[in-house]
Amino acid sequence: MTEHEHYEALVVGAGPGGAAAAATFANYGIETLVLERGVEAGSKNVSGGLIYAEQSAPYTIDDLFPDFREEASERPITRYRIHNIAGERVESFDLSNLHEHDTEWSDSVLRRKMDSWLEDRVHERTRETGGGLLTGVHVTGLYREDGKIVGVETEELDPITADVIVAADGVNSELARDAGLMDWDEPDEWFQGVKAVADVPSDVIADRFDIGADEGAAHLFSGDLFEGVRGGGFLYTNRDTLSLGTVFHLDSLVAERAEPHELLDSLLTHPLLAQWLGDDYTELEYSAKLVPDSKKVALREPHFGRLLLVGDAAGQMQAQGAIIKGMNHAVTAGALAAEAYAQAKSRNEPEKAGTRYSRKLRDEGVMKKLRPRGYELVRGLAEDDGVTEIVDSVLTSAVGRAGIRALSGQLGRVYNVPMLSAMMPDTRTPYVTLPTVIAEELGTRVREESSVTPPSLEARIGDLTYDTDIGSPHITVLDNSYEASGAAVTACPVSAVDFGGGCYREEVVRTNGSEERVVSLDTQPCVECGTCAVVADTEWEHPRGDKGVEFKWG
Amino acid sequence: MHMVVLTKGVPDFREGQVSFDEDGHLERGKTPTVMNPNDRFALEAALQTRVRHGGRVSVMSMGPPGYKEVLQEAMASVYADDLHLVSDREMAAADTWATAITLSAGIETLGEPDVVFAGFKTADGETGHTGPQTNWCLDMPLVTHVISLDIDEDEGVLRAKRLVEGDIEEVETVETSLPAFVVTDPEFVPSYRTAGERLTLKDLRAETQERAEQYEDFLTVRDHADINVDPDYIGLDGSPTIVSSVDPIPKAPAEREATMVNPSDSAAMQDVLEAMQSALGNGGDVAAAGGD
Repeated sequence: MTEHEHYEALVVGAGPGGAAAAATFANYGIETLVLERGVEAGSKNVSGGLIYAEQSAPYTIDDLFPDFREEASERPITRYRIHNIAGERVESFDLSNLHEHDTEWSDSVLRRKMDSWLEDRVHERTRETGGGLLTGVHVTGLYREDGKIVGVETEELDPITADVIVAADGVNSELARDAGLMDWDEPDEWFQGVKAVADVPSDVIADRFDIGADEGAAHLFSGDLFEGVRGGGFLYTNRDTLSLGTVFHLDSLVAERAEPHELLDSLLTHPLLAQWLGDDYTELEYSAKLVPDSKKVALREPHFGRLLLVGDAAGQMQAQGAIIKGMNHAVTAGALAAEAYAQAKSRNEPEKAGTRYSRKLRDEGVMKKLRPRGYELVRGLAEDDGVTEIVDSVLTSAVGRAGIRALSGQLGRVYNVPMLSAMMPDTRTPYVTLPTVIAEELGTRVREESSVTPPSLEARIGDLTYDTDIGSPHITVLDNSYEASGAAVTACPVSAVDFGGGCYREEVVRTNGSEERVVSLDTQPCVECGTCAVVADTEWEHPRGDKGVEFKWG
Repeated sequence: MHMVVLTKGVPDFREGQVSFDEDGHLERGKTPTVMNPNDRFALEAALQTRVRHGGRVSVMSMGPPGYKEVLQEAMASVYADDLHLVSDREMAAADTWATAITLSAGIETLGEPDVVFAGFKTADGETGHTGPQTNWCLDMPLVTHVISLDIDEDEGVLRAKRLVEGDIEEVETVETSLPAFVVTDPEFVPSYRTAGERLTLKDLRAETQERAEQYEDFLTVRDHADINVDPDYIGLDGSPTIVSSVDPIPKAPAEREATMVNPSDSAAMQDVLEAMQSALGNGGDVAAAGGD
């Protein structure tokens, strides 16, 4: 057997999940190597932008990294509202109770700043164990001996073996797929988020949002402004920028052939946002990512042999109505995975780290949040198309409308019940129909007019930083027929119908008297979200270490 | 392992930095001095050796006192444990021969290094002589145009891949005993295939950047007496080269007429198309041959 470089613990990915795992390993004095593919931690990472510290969580980010809030985050979120929109009518509810439920604190964050701050601390702490953190190393898959997982393979280094491997390599985890624990098959298991970071000075934020220097606002948006696509929008205040974005069910985006960047623009240009965006909208960065729907894909047993999965790689992203929590669960899971290994090892049964880890996820209540029982119960009934038709037609009827009016005093309270958010079915009813009816019946007309002109998709791509790996594209289209891969032309956030500068475009090839609709791919503008891996027939890998898109804000 | 890297300050020839007068002469006063760009590859090769085998990297230059900053640049941008400047008036106006005598004497005052590294050519002189001539004085095995390097400390050998005649298409692998003199090619790429090497590299890079902040604490300046050379053999007196005259290189005449065309100007683009068609028509034989 070949002698390989060996570390006791190997963590793949330096986001919050990987950082938490590495810090916990280091706390136990375990020699830990962390491998991150970006040129710097955070350069490949995007999130909507709120990180929570839950009261019920056994580990929070500031438990593991004490100065986190002072140095790595943006603003504490002290105001939380949802806006139901129908045309120019809006009915808003305060969501403070939902936001504060089980919440110790919640801050807005920008991932480049946050993750690069974590990177320095993780390197320092893991270096003391004899390991350390390396950037620019792309882990491509698992390394096996005699059929057993013993380490990882990378593009930059020789194979490395380890006693325990924590895959914190994100939503498009190559390790989870290599282990057969995840696939990229079903669009209804994923959300796609698209985000813009806008430049707004802190004094202007204070003025427009009526908040102090250490206060922050979060706004959610749903209703009829997104062409009937199931999902919603968000706006979070950072220190001197705003994070604005939209998140939609991927199957719904595909079904409606909607263009994600246009749906984002629908939000940006809605008159309701004029009060916050003013007439000097300056976009700093456009980005996108896939979001796993934990209700459907959170792994109940996120481990296989020596491999333990945490965060997005394990589908641990809770997006249930107005509850949007991912990073906190990644932190908890990362720390629990490391703790599970340390305890298993001390009992001389390191091979039981995985089962110990998944038991901890259950015992600590993480699994219950990710896969709420209420949702499992209502899913079968409420996600039936026929039922949705009936519910929607009742809601929109005179009877339903009268009901909404009668409930007007109670609705705000109903929106604040965590259990109801967790049970919310994946149908157009809660995302589109109900908010629209609420706004139509109870809403008031917005007086402002929007003067926001969002940048074109071409300009957005042009403003991004890429280090293109010329000659070796990281995505290959396996079936270029329009039937197999055409959905990517619209669903890809950096592609659009009749736009030549994007990743995917439709072409008509005339051969021998017949015409064929095909798609062609240019990976240069790719933002590595993974959408096309799900909606098109591709062979999808991340680019080599350091290569590809580099987010400056994230 | 003890590595010595030779470096030189050169005018910063990058656009926006370099300044020429009306006659095309370099204006030294207006052009900043920087580390010779090719020396970076010599430093990278020394750093790779330092990462893999430990030891010490000494960086040496001969030149005026201002070259201290060139040595600092070497320390900050790649790596150095200590810096050595051989500098006095007697050394001024040296040709490559006198420089080689000076540098070899300087190297000998540092003891017996295992490997001496030099870059391929300086950006100003472009002779490519100084490295090999210095080695002639030191009398070590010489390997030039090195693009990758592997040292076996136990066996005391150095294996290198080198470009034959500087040709990128032709690579040979050579082996020599240590100590040895290595001239790196600009195609040199350091290789770090283990996490352990990369972690050491990260540590060393952080340390050298910290050192570079107080580089003078790590700098030794020596004059000709310190390195024990006779003033007759160095500087202008020791330089057999005679530069009889310097002629500016005449600007190459444009061989073809060029017209700028705005691609969004459709009328102009039509003219381009017609010009191309007529060119193809005139060279009909060539076009037909190309179409096969």
